[in-house]
Amino acid sequence: MNIIVCIKQVPNTTDVKIDPVTNTLIRDGVESVINPFDAYAIEEGVRLKERFGGKVTVVTMGPPQAENALKEAISLGCDEGILVSDRKFAGSDTWATSYTLSMAIKKIGAFDIVICGKQASDGDTAQVGPGISTHLDIPQVTYVKKIEEIKDNKARVERMMEEGYDIVETPLPCLFTVVKEINSPRLPSLKGMMRAKSAKILKWTADDIGADPKSIGLDGSPTRVVKIFTPPPRKGGEMLKGETSDIAKEVVELLKDVVI
Amino acid sequence: MDYLLTEQQIMIRDLARKVADEKIRPIAAHYDETEEFAWDAMKAIADSDLFGVYIPEEYGGLGGGVLEMCLVAEEFSKACGAIALGFAGTGLGTMPILLSGSDEQKKKYLPDIASGKRLAAFCITEAEAGSDAGSIKTTARKEGDHYILNGTKQWITNAGEAEIYTVIAITDKTKGARGASAFVVEKGTKGMEFGKKEKKLGIRASATREVIFTDCKIPAANLISKEGAGFIVAMKTFDSSRPGVAAQAVGIAQGALDHAISYARTRIQFGQPISSFQAIQHMLADMATQTEAARALVYATARMVDSGAKGVAKESSQAKLFASDTAMKVTTDAVQIFGGYGYMREYPVEKYMRDAKITQIYEGTNQIQRNVIALCLIKESIKNK
Repeated sequence: MNIIVCIKQVPNTTDVKIDPVTNTLIRDGVESVINPFDAYAIEEGVRLKERFGGKVTVVTMGPPQAENALKEAISLGCDEGILVSDRKFAGSDTWATSYTLSMAIKKIGAFDIVICGKQASDGDTAQVGPGISTHLDIPQVTYVKKIEEIKDNKARVERMMEEGYDIVETPLPCLFTVVKEINSPRLPSLKGMMRAKSAKILKWTADDIGADPKSIGLDGSPTRVVKIFTPPPRKGGEMLKGETSDIAKEVVELLKDVVI
Repeated sequence: MDYLLTEQQIMIRDLARKVADEKIRPIAAHYDETEEFAWDAMKAIADSDLFGVYIPEEYGGLGGGVLEMCLVAEEFSKACGAIALGFAGTGLGTMPILLSGSDEQKKKYLPDIASGKRLAAFCITEAEAGSDAGSIKTTARKEGDHYILNGTKQWITNAGEAEIYTVIAITDKTKGARGASAFVVEKGTKGMEFGKKEKKLGIRASATREVIFTDCKIPAANLISKEGAGFIVAMKTFDSSRPGVAAQAVGIAQGALDHAISYARTRIQFGQPISSFQAIQHMLADMATQTEAARALVYATARMVDSGAKGVAKESSQAKLFASDTAMKVTTDAVQIFGGYGYMREYPVEKYMRDAKITQIYEGTNQIQRNVIALCLIKESIKNK
């Protein structure tokens, strides 16, 4: 089974600062790590390989230092890493990014499953995974929390919903985005780390993947960010004091005001 | 302090730290309370390949030596000195095979130890043979292609949990210390049983049991080295394993010190953190300096052992003696800095103090270490005249 895992390198912080002029994330001085949700995608890819055999190829689009994220993925059990990197990709929105990744995946060749984390912890859009499947014209299942079975060129998975879950069957090849409930990622092994150290990461440019220049980077990105801002911290709530029964009545009245 | 570790040693240390922080630290208090063996932690250590750091590559390991073993033991011990023993006790049980075993024995046992599939244990101590290891009573009688073992080993670390046991037994009563031999005995061999699990002051998550041999028949091929070489095998083992105990002690000291520093910064008395008081500052400074000095001695000793130097008994004993006495002092002071909270089992530092004590006792009490050191000094002095 050929598995492709798409990952992103993100700032290692939950407190992302935004440049008010360019409306982009400030990455300077912040350590980069594999997007936490992608760690589950890597783990699931490696587990599928352990269950069914085959190969896990991990792909990222990003600056040259994203090579470290690919090496880390190899230390966790992935077989091969591909860095899609080119100045021409700068300013890509989710449409251009998913187009670029889909072109890289086409160049990789035959595959059975593409796995992505459900979203990145910096942009939080959850659009790139579904975007890739659309560009590749393959089925997608988002928010996968369990891969129950894969046989006869079909996969049956559980898709997490707000209450309970859907069971979805899809033909292969297909794309899954996964949630953190799907597994618990392993730590790297020493042998994996040594393999990663000597692993050669393939580097592909826009020309290598045959990307249409009009569909990549800022020019290929239909999204225009008008404004981006950090919401003001929530003000403290109102504390009601007194007997529980009185408080209950008061809460009902307050809710009436809010809702009606 | 920068110990100029190689890139690979740094990788090993950092991974061991990660395993310790994510897989050992969160469960340390639980297993201390229940006194159960932390198999989930053993699995995590096995998955990380760390069991194999000191085993040659040709036998499935990573090709490191005693220093690599020390780096791992230290990191694990910072989180839990008891769970660390699953690793370090396996190292002790493995050393006789690694240092004195035949190629066949190495091929048979080391790959499973390196992968963490099987743990190991070393059996020398008996009820009446502690520091006086020469008076062991367990016998091994040769019968054809087999040896028949009889006797009871006491306080064996990892006993019952480990699969591979290296055992010192007497093959010739008339020869005293030269009549002892070393053997490999696999768990499940008929005539091998385990006594009750001991209840201990510290290292409570480590399994300590008797190993009882009753007409236990093992193949003659399980003899390590040759008949009569048992004590040489044991002494060579201790020369390589004592730095491991010392590293465990350094880890315990560092773990307690780390807790003490962060507690001192947050504990407010007289309107300020107690870390602002010179009385506390000087304690912390001494604790840190002593711990660093112990670490420097342990690493230097480990490097000397790894260099293949002959006669490392004095240095190994010095490292074990100094590091374990340091651990006892530093952990006691950490409890003192925590004050009443330090005495409570709800807080982490009293465990470090309980765990530290054993490092002054096992693999030769610190009094025995001083004997070894003094004897070496006297021998050196005679030689240099």
